[in-house]
Amino acid sequence: MGKIKDRLTSMGEFVPQPDDDMIICRCEEISKGEIRQAIHDGMFTLTEIRRFLRAGMGLCQGQTCTRLVKGMIARELGISPLEVESTAARAPMRPIKMIVLGNEGKES
Amino acid sequence: MGYHADVIIIGGGIIGNSTAYYLAQKGCSVIVLEKSDDIGNGGSSRNGGGVRQSGRDKRELPLAMYGVKHLWPTLSEELGMDVEYYQQGNLRLGKTEAHIKTLAGLTERAVSLGLDVKMIDQAEAKAINPYLSAEVLAASWCPTDGHANPMLATLAYYRKARELGVRFITGEEVAEIKKIKGKARQVVTTEDVYEGDTIILAAGYDSRDIAATVGIDVPMTGALLEVLVTEAQPPMFYQMLGTAAADFYGHQSSHGSFVFGGTSGLEAVNKDNGTPVTNSITASCICRGIMNYFPCLGEAKIVRTWAGWIDVCVDHVPVISPIEEVPGLILACAFSGHGFGIAPTVGTLLAQMAVGEAPVLDVSDFRYDRFKAKL
Repeated sequence: MGKIKDRLTSMGEFVPQPDDDMIICRCEEISKGEIRQAIHDGMFTLTEIRRFLRAGMGLCQGQTCTRLVKGMIARELGISPLEVESTAARAPMRPIKMIVLGNEGKES
Repeated sequence: MGYHADVIIIGGGIIGNSTAYYLAQKGCSVIVLEKSDDIGNGGSSRNGGGVRQSGRDKRELPLAMYGVKHLWPTLSEELGMDVEYYQQGNLRLGKTEAHIKTLAGLTERAVSLGLDVKMIDQAEAKAINPYLSAEVLAASWCPTDGHANPMLATLAYYRKARELGVRFITGEEVAEIKKIKGKARQVVTTEDVYEGDTIILAAGYDSRDIAATVGIDVPMTGALLEVLVTEAQPPMFYQMLGTAAADFYGHQSSHGSFVFGGTSGLEAVNKDNGTPVTNSITASCICRGIMNYFPCLGEAKIVRTWAGWIDVCVDHVPVISPIEEVPGLILACAFSGHGFGIAPTVGTLLAQMAVGEAPVLDVSDFRYDRFKAKL
């Protein structure tokens, strides 16, 4: 099954699972249950989940949880993880202090 | 699967989503078509989150004031999720005599329009925000301004509208609007054809190409802005910030992170390959701007930067208007970077216009045919 475009596509009732309180995004402390609920609330893409829950928006920028969340979206929607688009990588590569970033192009 | 609805909305940003929500509340069937794979992928989730009345054009101010008075305070409750709305005032900061003159002019104009805004001196500004640098000499202060979380507000409208049965289709790029018997009726996408009794075009800058398919043009251009976000900081202050010099703007979010927007000044000539990408020099420039006013934030780490297009109207005021030559079509675009704060009001107005009710505020200043040559 391909990418889902119609956001009214049914995925059945939200059924709580025993490991719903497992933390998936460690930086922002977002649990599996919160992510599954967000998908049932209509957040069908990684980007929307990020913006809705902050999963993948913390210090590691999703380097740990992106694959896990991708798998969860695919499972809830009944599609292949290959159909779930990755999010845009955002600069900077590592968190960097304002005082350092602001010093660009000048001698310190 | 139905391809017909009372109203077809082109554009799944906060304007389209809020309109869809208010229409669904009125019992209309609504289909929202979004080109991107993600809801609210344009300026709606990329902006600085300002819910300001100060600094607005006099035509736009009533929209902002209506929203702050009637819609924003109860929005979280209404939509069933926290949109992180803070009404703790807007400080517009000045560091030089020239800045103070600019601020005083803005303040005078806003006061004459009935807004509660005033000039305050260094000590008063410090009392409101103790983190300000000693370089800040004065500020304008509007206590009823504030900010909200743009990503959450946009998705909250989407979530609630979807719950009410609005059909959102993503990845659906509109190619043209077609008239049937002289009336806008069909929306043709690259894959499908949708039909609506009313069509609302709210697709940001892309509205221009789509409006052109029925012979309508709005004089606007796309402009790039960049935003950056810090790691979470301890709670410090919740005012919305701006400066007379336009070095930066922003606020601290519920999460603790600071969200700051700005420019390098080279945006108009930067190479972008058609996508809104950040430039390597801009975040550094914004950081320098921030540290001039808030030296205490120098140790805060930037975790992410992003860019977004705004659709800038030639007179910096949006077009919110039915199109006389194309009955059944309502245009809502060219928000010029001011769209987020007024989105709840604009959604309310568009919903009223779409069902033939008299809009609660006068929209005649936002007509699509107001643009005239200089001589």
